[in-house]
Amino acid sequence: MLNELGHFALILALAVAIVQTVVPLIGAHRRWPGWMAVAEPAANAQFLLIAFSFAALTHAFVTSDFSLRLVMQNSHSLKPMLYKITGVWGNHEGSMLLWVLIVALFGASAAWFGGALPSTLKARVIAVQGAIGVAFLAFLIFTSNPFLRLAEPPLDGNDLNPLLQDPGLAFHPPFLYLGYVGLSMAFSFAVAALIEGRVDAAWGRWVRPWTLAAWVFLTIGIALGSWWAYYELGWGGFWFWDPVENASFMPWLIAAALLHSAIVVEKRESLKSWTILLAIVAFGFSLIGAFITRSGIITSVHAFATDPERGVFLLWITAIFMGGALTLFAARAEALSSRGVFSLVSRESMLVLNNILLAVAAFVVFVGTIWPLISELAFDRKLSVGEPFFNMAFTPFFVGLGLALPVGAMMAWKRAKLGRVMRQLMPAMILAVAVLALVFALQTGRSALGPIGLMLGTWLVAGAATDLWARTGRSGAGRLLRLPRNDYGRVTAHAGLGVTVAGIAAMLAWQSEDIRVMQEGDSLTLAGYDITLDSVERIQGPNYISTTGHVTLSRNGREIGQLNPEKRFYPVARMPTTEAGIDNGIMRDVYVVIGDPQDAGGWAFRSYVKPLANWIWGGAILMAIGGALSLSDRRYRVAAGARRTPTPNKGQGVPAE
Amino acid sequence: MKRFLTILLLVLMPMTALAVQPDEVLDDPALETRARELSKGLRCLVCRNENIDDSNADLARDLRLLVRERLVAGDTDEEVIDFVTERYGEYVLLQPRTGGTNMILWLAGPAMLLLAFGIGFAYVRKRGQGQEEVLSTDEEARLKEILDR
Repeated sequence: MLNELGHFALILALAVAIVQTVVPLIGAHRRWPGWMAVAEPAANAQFLLIAFSFAALTHAFVTSDFSLRLVMQNSHSLKPMLYKITGVWGNHEGSMLLWVLIVALFGASAAWFGGALPSTLKARVIAVQGAIGVAFLAFLIFTSNPFLRLAEPPLDGNDLNPLLQDPGLAFHPPFLYLGYVGLSMAFSFAVAALIEGRVDAAWGRWVRPWTLAAWVFLTIGIALGSWWAYYELGWGGFWFWDPVENASFMPWLIAAALLHSAIVVEKRESLKSWTILLAIVAFGFSLIGAFITRSGIITSVHAFATDPERGVFLLWITAIFMGGALTLFAARAEALSSRGVFSLVSRESMLVLNNILLAVAAFVVFVGTIWPLISELAFDRKLSVGEPFFNMAFTPFFVGLGLALPVGAMMAWKRAKLGRVMRQLMPAMILAVAVLALVFALQTGRSALGPIGLMLGTWLVAGAATDLWARTGRSGAGRLLRLPRNDYGRVTAHAGLGVTVAGIAAMLAWQSEDIRVMQEGDSLTLAGYDITLDSVERIQGPNYISTTGHVTLSRNGREIGQLNPEKRFYPVARMPTTEAGIDNGIMRDVYVVIGDPQDAGGWAFRSYVKPLANWIWGGAILMAIGGALSLSDRRYRVAAGARRTPTPNKGQGVPAE
Repeated sequence: MKRFLTILLLVLMPMTALAVQPDEVLDDPALETRARELSKGLRCLVCRNENIDDSNADLARDLRLLVRERLVAGDTDEEVIDFVTERYGEYVLLQPRTGGTNMILWLAGPAMLLLAFGIGFAYVRKRGQGQEEVLSTDEEARLKEILDR
């Protein structure tokens, strides 16, 4: 019964979403306040209906209702409760329901927090968000209904894929979706502004928090996925340049560009049409990501069970939203004249450089991702584009970005003095060059990756520290505590990028590895660590059988820790998984994996020492914290109240006509 | 949706062994290092976008052994790559070759960068010369009028 109600709520939500799209748009056009006012209750109703539907599906998973096909295919009565709940979005249909829930959530938050928006803009934003809801609700109901029943329910289910039964991965999709779908808000604001025909400083201020929030969620989501791959897949890889990973990385890059260019719109009323274009393209990459993942058109290690019908539907959604928005952009962009004037050496110019590098980097990733498809269709040449290409083609952009970042962050608006900024950054530069020289000397004869990566990391972190110090001006440390959170946010996020860069470079350049057959009692020495396999035993888990190795890790005769690498077998899914034994450290991880028993006795055994591994995710956490700090800045909260009073001198938009 | 969906497809792959096995490792460390480097650039054909060094599939193991066999026989890195490509096609290379239509792929990034720099520079130059736009001649006249008052 509850399942049918959930299904019915979805259909009602679709009807409400259509009303939410059509009525406020007409109302805003005709300036009918009553019609515009429909937007808010409709957005709330749509959100509540989908939330109810989601709760109904969750209930079915929690109570193991195997009369639902989806539950039968993806759950099992013995599965731990956490994974019964996270199993709701561990499949195509359920994850699509989560997606529409988040679309509706953002639409409703525009109603909750948009009190100060001009009434027509607010009505249009909510209407465009409603239109996105219509498209995905139709997709869900007509191609991917999660509430399909089985005529004869089986006694038990097929179990969730064991690799998904992991805390890191359980919360990876919700964060990613909050990020992808969060970008739909930037899209809605951009389209609403194009319809209005005006983009002003206030628009920049409204769109930035939404973009920032989406970017923070994407950062967390990508980091969780990467961390999971690191400890779960058994060789400590953390990024594979797989099409589906690229699908999440491209929106991240564009969102990073967007949140920087929105600053220019807000502070200097320049780069308006470019910012609008970025807002459209950012959500476009989210849509393309959904298409790549769910259509199976590009070979990927990820990807849902694929279905051409779904792929075509998603392609239509992408084509309609991008085609419509870009046509509107072409018609209206001319009218969005910029006002701010700035010289070649200024923060504006450096932000233009930031945007160029981020956007072209995203473009390179995009071309590399779709090239196998184009090449096969257009030139009948079947080929692969993998990690070596992306490492070679993408890295230069990030090196350029990293080199320019500390300089740009400290430039003054309008007209800056390069000499002054460079003088302030001199200590950071000397430090970075010293690190480069030192590391280069220490590691003679290896690739330049390590030294350059550490140099870049040092430069970014020291540059961020210099930035913070320079903000205090002459009044010294006392002002440090009174700086706006926005400044702390910027500095933290920039330093986080440096930490991640250093971590990636060090791990790729200096990892040591050992592969061998180990008997119980055998020892090996790797990069100064003594690793002893004390014993191996079989352990029965809740829904798996495990072969667990007990490993002692010591250095110079002193024991550092006990590691328990496991090889698990899940009988229901008939699938093995590896659980690496990892000794986490700030400067290095020791990572051991137990493999198959060998014919001649003993087990295949791999061990790695990975320098600075945790810096990769530590940096991502810093970036997310930086974004959150900026988001909590007083400006965004206070401005909400200030916007209510009409401001005749500031925020005067440029009319389109 | 991403990484965790690896999964559905990993299921389809034989997961009996973990990537490089102890019995595959060559005695000569220099040769083994070269073998590992080469393996990282070769695609496991039955997998989805994985190199043979990381892959657990049986076919990947066969390819790893083949690469090592050729290296022991004295082939250079290029000869090994050519040997494998001849048998399995260009699809096996994770780093696409630079010839022919692939030039579009390799040059797309640099070309776009040049274009973006050109447009960006022109835009910034224009904004830099915008000072005069602040006041139009009419406004200038009005300002003068006000000041002279």
